[in-house]
Amino acid sequence: MSLAQCTSQEMMTVAAARTLRDGQVCFVGIGLPSTAANLARLTHAPNIVLLYESGPIGAKPPLLPLSIGDGSLAETADTVVSTPEIFRYWLQGGRVDVGFLGAAQIDRYANINTTVVGDYRKPKVRLPGAGGAPEISVLAKEVRIIVAHSERAFVEKLDFITSAGFLQGGDARRRAGIPSKGPTAVVTDLCILRPEAETNELIVHSIHPGATREVIRQKTGWPLRFSATCEETAPPTAHELEVLRDLHARTATASGSGTGGRAA
Amino acid sequence: MAQWMTLSEAVSSLVHDGDCVALEGFTHLIPFAAGHELIRQGRRRLSLIRMTPDLIYDQMIGAGCAAKLTFSWGGNPGVGSLHRFRDAVEHDWPNPLEIEERSHSDLANAYVAGAANLPFAVLRGYAGSDLARVSKHIRTIQCPFSGEELAATPAVRPDVAIIHAQKADRAGNVHLWGILGVQKEAVLAARRSIVTVEECVDALNAPSNACVLPSWVIDAVCLVPNGATPSYAHGYYSRDNAFYRRWDAISRDRESFRIWMKRHVLDTADFSEYLRVQSGLIQQVAMQ
Repeated sequence: MSLAQCTSQEMMTVAAARTLRDGQVCFVGIGLPSTAANLARLTHAPNIVLLYESGPIGAKPPLLPLSIGDGSLAETADTVVSTPEIFRYWLQGGRVDVGFLGAAQIDRYANINTTVVGDYRKPKVRLPGAGGAPEISVLAKEVRIIVAHSERAFVEKLDFITSAGFLQGGDARRRAGIPSKGPTAVVTDLCILRPEAETNELIVHSIHPGATREVIRQKTGWPLRFSATCEETAPPTAHELEVLRDLHARTATASGSGTGGRAA
Repeated sequence: MAQWMTLSEAVSSLVHDGDCVALEGFTHLIPFAAGHELIRQGRRRLSLIRMTPDLIYDQMIGAGCAAKLTFSWGGNPGVGSLHRFRDAVEHDWPNPLEIEERSHSDLANAYVAGAANLPFAVLRGYAGSDLARVSKHIRTIQCPFSGEELAATPAVRPDVAIIHAQKADRAGNVHLWGILGVQKEAVLAARRSIVTVEECVDALNAPSNACVLPSWVIDAVCLVPNGATPSYAHGYYSRDNAFYRRWDAISRDRESFRIWMKRHVLDTADFSEYLRVQSGLIQQVAMQ
């Protein structure tokens, strides 16, 4: 599959999907994380278990859900539990391998802001808020983050830490009493970043085909470093692209008709 | 014991200005008809609670019903911002809105604590989050056995909980299924409760572990077919995703919001007339 045939958005989704392994239990946020997790399920990870915060466990949606509580998630799940139960028994109970999150803003230590831009009491932009991210980032054994690369998203300093990454870096996360690994990969439309050993600062490990160090630096609000072993991301295979595009096409066809009930 | 009554009667007798009110439903079974009736009856200074405010709270906030909002995620799912909620927080329009912001796990646990008649919830969470820094409601407690530090947050105890469900029998026992959210906990945590339902049946025929709320924990049951639209009722109708997208343009601007609200909610007698106006407008658009 040549580069010209795939968009940077598709590359991001494919690269994120590849970070998931078959059989893992994955707590999925809506939007890009859900797309990537379902792509993983439909390609190399057929036995991945997808949990959504609305309560479906083992969801296998045939189309991409628009909302976190889509009927298709409930219909295809192994079981549907209440919202208190999904957070108490399943996430807090320690049964989630990977928490898969999106972000409005992220800093060099993979802390996430989805709350406000500007002052909390008098915000310039009021964002949707935390959802389940503060607990997912702490209680899942590890976390993946998927976010499009831009100067607005990759900032020098967050106005607000909604969900903990590595806090101030180094062993700050552990000192804050958080035993889980935290963000092990941040996947963007340009590259894959991972926390550096010891400092836990995000550094670039893999650059997507067509992206350059210069563009990645321009779109990052801090002086970004690259791993000594930084390589090029393998482009999407024909199969990965075909499955992803088919998923999007079927979702677009069904769009507006919704899911969840018999025909009215 | 639940009484069958109209939604208008239920709202006028059970919800008062200044009450703390929770309309719950996690994407599914969102009680839109009840929210509209609160707007129609001009309720003011409500302290609203809801995990995911969604379009219904955007409408109530924009209509001036709310003085306070307790929530954990305030967006238009899959679409973007709740513009009326943002206008209230960013510009105090139509009135200042106090916010109490919590996480999903926190609010879910707080409803459980409320239903269990406990003063607070205990959970693992908030470590490293600035939410704990800006909220006086998020504190820590030490485990008396191990000494471990855990998050503690106040229980949710609404004056009124309002939910939508699929079925009720003639005695007012309610059966709901599919994605259940925190509806059971909300009803059991509240002092009073209203349930709107898709249909009234002779017998629920619910399996033994089904989510059934007995008539005697509910105050009012109201028959409101399609009462959760544009959200959905599993087994009855689908989510109107197109309306969720359209709401973005309707709500972005104060004037277009005001016109929509007058035409669809304030100038309609009840939810069935709202549905007729909606479907009439859609037919007009289709004919043009």
